[in-house]
Amino acid sequence: MSLLQGAHPQTSQPAEARAALLAWPEFNKPAVWLVAVILLIMPFIANGFFLIEIFATTLILGTVALSLMFLAGYGGMVSLMQLTVAGFAAYMVAVFGMSANTNISLGWPWWLATPMALILATVFGTLGGALAVRTEGIYTIMITLAIGAAFYYFTNQNWPIFGGHTGINTIATPRFWGIDWRSDIPFYYVTLGVAAFCYFAVQYVSRAPFGLALQGVRDNPRRMAALGFNVNAHRVAAYAFAAFIAALGGVLQVWNYRQISPGSVSVGACIDILIIAVVGGITRPIGPFIGAFIFVILRTFALDLLVKLGLDGNRFRLLIGLGFLAIVFWSSDGVIGLWERWRRGAAAVDKRAGGGHGHG
Amino acid sequence: MDSTAPRFSAVGAGAALELRGVTRLFGALAALTDVTITVRPGERRAVLGSNGAGKTTLFNCVTGDFPPSSGTIRFFGEDITHFPPYERIRRGLRRTYQISALFPGLTVRDNIYLACRGVSRGRFSPLRPGANDALMHATEALIQAVHLTPLREQRVAELAHGQQRQLEIALALAGAPRFILFDEPAAGLSPTERRELIDILTSLPAHIGYIIIEHDMDVALRVVESVTMMHNGRVFKEGLPHEIEADPEVQELYLGAGHE
Repeated sequence: MSLLQGAHPQTSQPAEARAALLAWPEFNKPAVWLVAVILLIMPFIANGFFLIEIFATTLILGTVALSLMFLAGYGGMVSLMQLTVAGFAAYMVAVFGMSANTNISLGWPWWLATPMALILATVFGTLGGALAVRTEGIYTIMITLAIGAAFYYFTNQNWPIFGGHTGINTIATPRFWGIDWRSDIPFYYVTLGVAAFCYFAVQYVSRAPFGLALQGVRDNPRRMAALGFNVNAHRVAAYAFAAFIAALGGVLQVWNYRQISPGSVSVGACIDILIIAVVGGITRPIGPFIGAFIFVILRTFALDLLVKLGLDGNRFRLLIGLGFLAIVFWSSDGVIGLWERWRRGAAAVDKRAGGGHGHG
Repeated sequence: MDSTAPRFSAVGAGAALELRGVTRLFGALAALTDVTITVRPGERRAVLGSNGAGKTTLFNCVTGDFPPSSGTIRFFGEDITHFPPYERIRRGLRRTYQISALFPGLTVRDNIYLACRGVSRGRFSPLRPGANDALMHATEALIQAVHLTPLREQRVAELAHGQQRQLEIALALAGAPRFILFDEPAAGLSPTERRELIDILTSLPAHIGYIIIEHDMDVALRVVESVTMMHNGRVFKEGLPHEIEADPEVQELYLGAGHE
């Protein structure tokens, strides 16, 4: 047979293959629909505290961690500056929008301030990425951590724009169509909508040429260059995409707390995002949300638990740290990895049991 | 040598690949010294030489994996000496690697799809391929051509060595290659797989030229029309396969042990 000349589809296989590539495999699972329905009717189940402090917070942290998952899971680039990008977007919402610090805030309406914040934060993340792609592995972690630390100290010391260590307070949130979008139920739906949009965007792009090529860059950058790809340009584009997602998370965060201060962009907070992504699992977009849920639950309830056990409530980080150690030790792919291993194990047991029965 | 003289003196725009005085230094070590090679379009040539003769370094300079320390490289008349690798690939140059350089986390089909996408537009496309995407057809055709159809949904990490070598070649055939560099494609293949490899190489369209590095003389001399013999980073001899095989100096240097 002749090579390179059989470029015509000879069987129905290409059609099948396309269908597989186009399909959303997630939609074939009942569990996914169940989760979607529960999330949609959550305001009728949960009270305001759970809705905002647990679920909205989970979705916001999950969105920021999702941007790290995209870079680390598909691109092999561990960026510790994703929370910094989110924090930058949050600061820009405060600077361009309205707040109690009238000498800082420019007082733009939210529908101008928000796109501005998203654009500037995406540019910020892209520039940081353009620096970081010159390095590999541990050096990428170091340079992005350095950017995060530099931004933290800068916000602490800069008063004219960032409001120094007190930050910017009482930031205005959107109100239109007669709805206060920061009241509990509307805000929950806003975060759910944004998180779902980001989740599906990452899922979709992972099977598009851009996302596939990014996974190629992760597996073998040298070969990608030998296939015609500009590897560094691809990496920078990935940082840009991730920065936009992180920026969306940052806008939600500043709307949630209505204030932003250096504490929100500290190095510790940057590392929390890494912990969230790794605990949840960085191979799939759902991982960061699972990680964020675990993190928020621990942060919220570990305090009471620890006090009941006669320990200092502020030691909740100890629990998170121990959990982090345990998960990294047992599964390199976070909670998702544990779950998959358990399912495979169960399937194998089923098979064995089934086979045994057949022979018996 | 008279009959072969014009073949090797082809110059200028007529050549597919033209190296002039290419030298590559690693610190004080000269991996390539003043290498001048000219290959016609469609010509198939073997590069022979013992380990450390500079064969793979030669490939790396041509594809731009690292640049030569001095000298010029022309590809179909265009000076590509300072081009990044991807610009050379987009002009129709391809290569395979001695140690398979694949994407183990992706499926066979995604590997080949990436190869097809790399040499066409839309590398950054955030949109999934449409129902009638030409590259998907090209991908499926290429999978069939290298006999990997049953394995197309498998992750590459799960493939056997021989199958990975087949995929390695498939990646170099994507798009419209004009010239291919094969770096020991038969390494680690079984006799059957070697025959399949020879079939693939000999059935390539006539306009596609290649250079093949191959230690297995049975493979190498069956699929080429000319041979360049390298030694210590220099071109040692050029000629027709039977001339090189019969050359006493070459036998002493390289063929000696294996062909006595």
